[in-house]
Amino acid sequence: MMDAVATIPPFEIFYAEHAGEVLSLLRRRLGRDRAEDAFQETFLRALRAYDRLTHGEHLRAWVLTIATRVAIDTHRRAGEPTEELPELPDADGRPAYEELAFLTDSLPPKERAAVVLRYGYDLDYEQIAAALDSSPDAARQAASSGVRRLRRRIT
Amino acid sequence: MTVPADLDRRFREAAVEARLLDAGYDVFDSPVGPLLVAATDRGLLRVSFDGGGDPEAALEQIARVAGPRVLRAPRAVAVAHAELDEYFSGERRSFDLPVDLRGQAGFAVSVLGELAKVPYGHTQTYGELATRAGSPKAARAVGMVMNRNPLPIVLPCHRIVGASGSLVGYGGGLERKEQLLRLEGAML
Repeated sequence: MMDAVATIPPFEIFYAEHAGEVLSLLRRRLGRDRAEDAFQETFLRALRAYDRLTHGEHLRAWVLTIATRVAIDTHRRAGEPTEELPELPDADGRPAYEELAFLTDSLPPKERAAVVLRYGYDLDYEQIAAALDSSPDAARQAASSGVRRLRRRIT
Repeated sequence: MTVPADLDRRFREAAVEARLLDAGYDVFDSPVGPLLVAATDRGLLRVSFDGGGDPEAALEQIARVAGPRVLRAPRAVAVAHAELDEYFSGERRSFDLPVDLRGQAGFAVSVLGELAKVPYGHTQTYGELATRAGSPKAARAVGMVMNRNPLPIVLPCHRIVGASGSLVGYGGGLERKEQLLRLEGAML
């Protein structure tokens, strides 16, 4: 059977593959105790959006972005500064993202995440919305205003 | 990093609690080997003898029928697990579980419906089951439905035998068929 586009794996397979990495990201960002609630919240958010995914590509980038958003929300709820950039997946050998990095690093966090996920990882707006906990329209808007901002800077 | 067992368990329970799963499953031991059992909010979806090895193929099959949100979650199949344990210990003769036969063709659904009525400890032939399902000439097709039964043990295809009384075949292997019939005290 031809398998041009990666099909969406059963959630169990996806979870088993990424749970460890998500937990270590969250422990780094939030410390051991708060990481536990955030871990559960990350995978519940992923579950809520999982049946709306249109393909199974870049699921690692997707779930790490969700985890990053959950960490930011946790900081925000605790009244802690959230100025830091979302920690996007790194060292995963994605040239598209590496090439974009020097441009996107200076964008506001949501725009940066939307641009990188859309153009670096080729996720669709449904997936980006799920990762950023917003709507597909808002994701589209964030990506396009990010691109406009980059264009103004380049030209 | 390995996820601590307690955190892992809590996530799986929360997923069931929030009703976010298309199907929950578990793998547990039984006298006929490890069983993989899956359920949806409609009922029992799958009983599989493939619980021993890598479950990926079984999970993909479940996902094709129910949706991709398939997670190991013992609580989602707790009732089925308990009833199967009771069956194997000889305390239970019939199952009180709603079944989810999505993905089955109309003929298979009617055959499986008749199959469910074959009583504990009794056998019936493929031809008799075909007749009861309204297609007296379809013994061979009934054999195919038995072979692909998504809920063996619960829908008792082990009770269906050849016209000569020989066991003929079983999706889970003849040894298991014989073991189940002996458990039920059927005359072999």
